[in-house]
Amino acid sequence: MNSLARRRYSKSAPLLLVMFLLGTLTAIGFVVGGSSAKATTASADDIAEGQKLFAANCASCHGLEAQGTDGVAPSLIGVGAAAVDFQVGTGRMPMQASGPQAPQKKPQFDEKEIAQLAAFVASLGEGPAIPTAEMVDPALGDPANGMQIFRTNCAMCHGSIGGGGALTQGKFAPNLWSTSPTHIYEAMLVGPQSMPVFNDANITPENKRDIIAYLDFQQQGSPGGLQLGSIGPVAEGFWGWLVGLGLIIASTIYVGARAS
Amino acid sequence: MSTDEKQHTSEPTHVDGEWVNPGLPYHRPRRSDTDPKAANKAERQTAALFGLSILGTIAAVVAYFVLDDSQEIASIRTMNIALGIGIGFAMLGIGLGAIHWARTLMRDHEMVEERHELRSSEEGRAGAIQNLKDGAEDSGLTTSRRTLLKGSLVTAVLLAPLAVLVPQIANMGGDWKVSNLRHTMWAKGVRLARDPDGTPIKAADVTLGSVFHVIPEGLNELEHHKIEEKAKAVVLLIRLDPRDLKIQPGREDWSFDGIVAYSKICTHVGCPVALYEQQTHHLLCPCHQSTFDVADGCKVVFGPAKRPLPQLPITVDDEGYIVAKSDFLEPVGPSYWDRLKGGDATEAPAETEGSH
Repeated sequence: MNSLARRRYSKSAPLLLVMFLLGTLTAIGFVVGGSSAKATTASADDIAEGQKLFAANCASCHGLEAQGTDGVAPSLIGVGAAAVDFQVGTGRMPMQASGPQAPQKKPQFDEKEIAQLAAFVASLGEGPAIPTAEMVDPALGDPANGMQIFRTNCAMCHGSIGGGGALTQGKFAPNLWSTSPTHIYEAMLVGPQSMPVFNDANITPENKRDIIAYLDFQQQGSPGGLQLGSIGPVAEGFWGWLVGLGLIIASTIYVGARAS
Repeated sequence: MSTDEKQHTSEPTHVDGEWVNPGLPYHRPRRSDTDPKAANKAERQTAALFGLSILGTIAAVVAYFVLDDSQEIASIRTMNIALGIGIGFAMLGIGLGAIHWARTLMRDHEMVEERHELRSSEEGRAGAIQNLKDGAEDSGLTTSRRTLLKGSLVTAVLLAPLAVLVPQIANMGGDWKVSNLRHTMWAKGVRLARDPDGTPIKAADVTLGSVFHVIPEGLNELEHHKIEEKAKAVVLLIRLDPRDLKIQPGREDWSFDGIVAYSKICTHVGCPVALYEQQTHHLLCPCHQSTFDVADGCKVVFGPAKRPLPQLPITVDDEGYIVAKSDFLEPVGPSYWDRLKGGDATEAPAETEGSH
């Protein structure tokens, strides 16, 4: 048996396998850990590079010193690296047009540039840092506890399973199913745009991770079958009344019509 | 029931101002009546629809036995969709087949059912009245005989509904004191605690832009009426920039360094108002879009609510925890019948302080 196996595989196979595994793990590490690993190792160079990026892309509204402009853009002193990673990492900043709220779009900067910008803004004043991969790992959270916390604090705007919902005058709470765990955590920490702040004294880091686990659990979908966007009774009523009743009326007409 | 095969409408509809029976519209034969090929085709179509139903039934049964029945959400969903589609086609096929059969192949001729006068014949009416009179005579209801029997019957009939009504009404609420609507668990010195775990909140924890969903400390330890007390006492604790906050006259010491606490129960119909927009300081009710301005005493800026949300006066105790200074000074939630009895609490909250 042993001799058979030796003959079938080349001698370099174990080495290749180990290299492949290491490569995969590194890739996963980049995807999951990403910016957080870099943020902790921010150097003076990163801050300098970040300042250049800031001057070129952000300063027209936020000011060269990030002091903000009254009625246009808030001061960024003390908002911390977490705010930058969220706003720039989800493409909300730089804002392309003024509107009720800055929508999510494709990020304009790569991870390295975002980390440099975050390092620069974090250097201006103390603020919330980007969470580590372990702090946002859904596998370590308790979805059942997360559900309780989510339904008390988040569900009124984001819907009971995070499907999102409307606010006033064109503003809305976004759907959370495709938001990365790190960005969900950062949003709670910094309270972007209309969203209030949920600091660690309000929702502890463990409870934040439980919320992420609960939202991650929703990826499995609904056991009942197809969903109608999970944005509540309006969408479901629309289907029930328009599509359901429409079908009933159509079949009533069919039953009552004469055959040719 | 009689059939009438009159089949033309060429006669005038009026003769000397009187309606003339126009008869039935012209009978138009269907394709399947005249063409045996069309009839055969319709038969095959009907059989195919019944066949569809049979396939749906088989698919549902097979899906039940074949599909993975573990408790994973994905497999529950697949099972439910498969069963639903199978059962759906099983029912739809029978229904559509039956309709198609009736429309294309079953006898197609007009039938007329003549109306008759609604009023019964004189003899029938007289007989019915006589029957009632005889019955009353036999029972003795119209005479003074058998009073015990009649009295016990009336009592039994009147009491019988109580067997249903008493449990129903008693279940509507454990407490019938209307004054309970005026008071909540909040009282001087009760700490504001996090919902749902009930841990108290320090003023320093409430950073700018924060929103805390609050219950009174001790609510979770209640043994009775916990839900009722929670429904009345829930509060939203928000910290605004003190420069944005317009302090209401008479409420100068109700907030603490920009931290304000307002009832979470909408004054319209009592939904939890909790959609807080940090930048506009607007608080939105999800049910009917009533919008309250937290920076300006939670006054209504939009929607059907008529009154501002009641404010809970707060301060900070020796250990730095936020505590209530008193109960709400007006009833929380929507209006009810004698809400304003004993003075309008909304107009002059300070004056009603003594009544609590």
